[in-house]
Amino acid sequence: MAEKKLMYGNHALVEGVIYAGCRFFAGYPITPQNEIPEYMSIRMNAIGGVFLQTESELAAINMLFGVASTGARAMTSSSSPGISLMQEGLSYIAGADIPVLVVNVVRGGPGLGNIAPAQSDYFQATKSGGHGDYHTITLAPNSAQELFEFPKLGFELAEKYRNPALILADGLLGQMMEPIEFTYEPIDPKTFPEKEWALNGCKGRERRVVRSYDLRVGKLEEWNWRRNEKYQEILKNEQRYEAVHCDDADIVVVAYGTCARVAGSAIKIARDNNIKAGLLRPITLWPFPKDVLSQLSKKVEHFLVVEMSCGQMVEDVKLATEYRSKIHFHGRPGGGVPAPPEIFQKIKQAIGGAK
Amino acid sequence: MKQTFGRPAGLTAILQRYCPGCGHGIVHRIIGELLSDMNLREKTVGIAPVGCSVFADEYFNCDMIQVPHGRAIAVATGIKRARPDLFVFSYQGDGDLAAIGTAETVHAAARNENFSVIFINNAIYGMTGGQLAPTTLPGMKSTTSVKGRDVVKQGYPIKVCELLNGLDGPYYLERCAVDTPKNIIKTKKAIKSAFQYQLDNRGFCLIEILSMCPTGWGITPVQAKKWIDEVMAKYYPLGEYRNQAKEAK
Repeated sequence: MAEKKLMYGNHALVEGVIYAGCRFFAGYPITPQNEIPEYMSIRMNAIGGVFLQTESELAAINMLFGVASTGARAMTSSSSPGISLMQEGLSYIAGADIPVLVVNVVRGGPGLGNIAPAQSDYFQATKSGGHGDYHTITLAPNSAQELFEFPKLGFELAEKYRNPALILADGLLGQMMEPIEFTYEPIDPKTFPEKEWALNGCKGRERRVVRSYDLRVGKLEEWNWRRNEKYQEILKNEQRYEAVHCDDADIVVVAYGTCARVAGSAIKIARDNNIKAGLLRPITLWPFPKDVLSQLSKKVEHFLVVEMSCGQMVEDVKLATEYRSKIHFHGRPGGGVPAPPEIFQKIKQAIGGAK
Repeated sequence: MKQTFGRPAGLTAILQRYCPGCGHGIVHRIIGELLSDMNLREKTVGIAPVGCSVFADEYFNCDMIQVPHGRAIAVATGIKRARPDLFVFSYQGDGDLAAIGTAETVHAAARNENFSVIFINNAIYGMTGGQLAPTTLPGMKSTTSVKGRDVVKQGYPIKVCELLNGLDGPYYLERCAVDTPKNIIKTKKAIKSAFQYQLDNRGFCLIEILSMCPTGWGITPVQAKKWIDEVMAKYYPLGEYRNQAKEAK
């Protein structure tokens, strides 16, 4: 059995990044994710990687653009206001088809908001946060174990599809201490195959150009359609989710991240009270696991979407289920975190209200 | 017959789209020659900014990346930190380097990042049609200062070499011009030094180049050359502002 260790979620994430063979981190301090750069600075220095505390999030994301354009793995982490600043860079990176990994430890917004856990950046993460037609592959961990594992998954998906990937967490997940199983051996970045698009000097080959523009009439349209084909492939291949007690459920709670942890307890209370409740946890927020929700909606009458926002993912649930089922919503914006009894009450109301 | 002049290997055969009398072509030529002469081309990644020189990614015959406005130096930092064995230069205009990218410029200089910055100062936003630049001279007309730059309302220009010289970090800062053959030779010498310092791992080098923009300035190419000598170089004095190679001696 692999080694187990008790770790903070944020530290587990850092180990996951290093295990994934990433040797470059750039970032700007912002609460509630400061444990990530602090621990990262120690780890990167210990293994001969690069840790750079930048002058801004703009600089950080563009440093990633540079590193990743050479074919190396690069990541940054920030929290909501800082992620907003990175949207310019993410748009260029997506437009240039370059893989990078970004972590957003979401906090209450809009504006300066607060530093409490939130899920109010779902739209920004999944619907192209910057300008132009693009998507960011978005992973939503709900445990320290997944915080350890998702950097590797994120890099692999980013590189497979040449697209930025995002891990959407929140302060609560990062601060929780949980046992981590080191499920794979650390990867040596020297073992990565050379990428046929990487900028590394044109010795013995044609020069390469990384760019996100094409001013020739009709060419950008063609390029965007080609990128869209890639997005269709991602939608087809990469929908990830966890389904708990969904097979016989009269009501399925749809929640991700922290909310899914709480909802997991809530459906246990419901089952103890003879309500057949299930949980569908999207792991990829983009691509959204719409196929499983579409299937479930053919037999499940009620869905209760629980989010720490005024209601963002609920729109995707409605689209996926094509309004076949009744979609209920419970939201806690601005830093509120729902408790299991609270969600249980909403489950009862949803089912009761339909009778 | 012996060929004495031709396109250097550091430049592509693509026809450059710069206006007649523009200084960009001269500086491109200098860099293209140095990439060949110093045997750098095959280990170079160049950075094209947003501005008139956005198409530099087509003109330099080496690996190139085109980046967001103002962020060339951040991208350069990433490339050089990830791959110190590569040769990295950024090519930026005044809006890019001294307005929207000021923070990146100042902080990379303070960290003494080891790459070469070629900074074209033509005192105007050329690509977007002649608006006020951070380097537009007091009294100088632009499409957003039609009566001339009023320093009370629009503030003073930014003197980049002087500004960066206030920092401990940078290794080499020099201001040149490309208005005369003599100054062009000096510019090439300065860029060559900057490139060599990068190869020697000395750190941050920035060459500011006063460059003609007859279209943006609304004058002829000949008048533009004259204006650099008689007006612009008076406000932006040419010369070496910092050279730690010499200070060390």
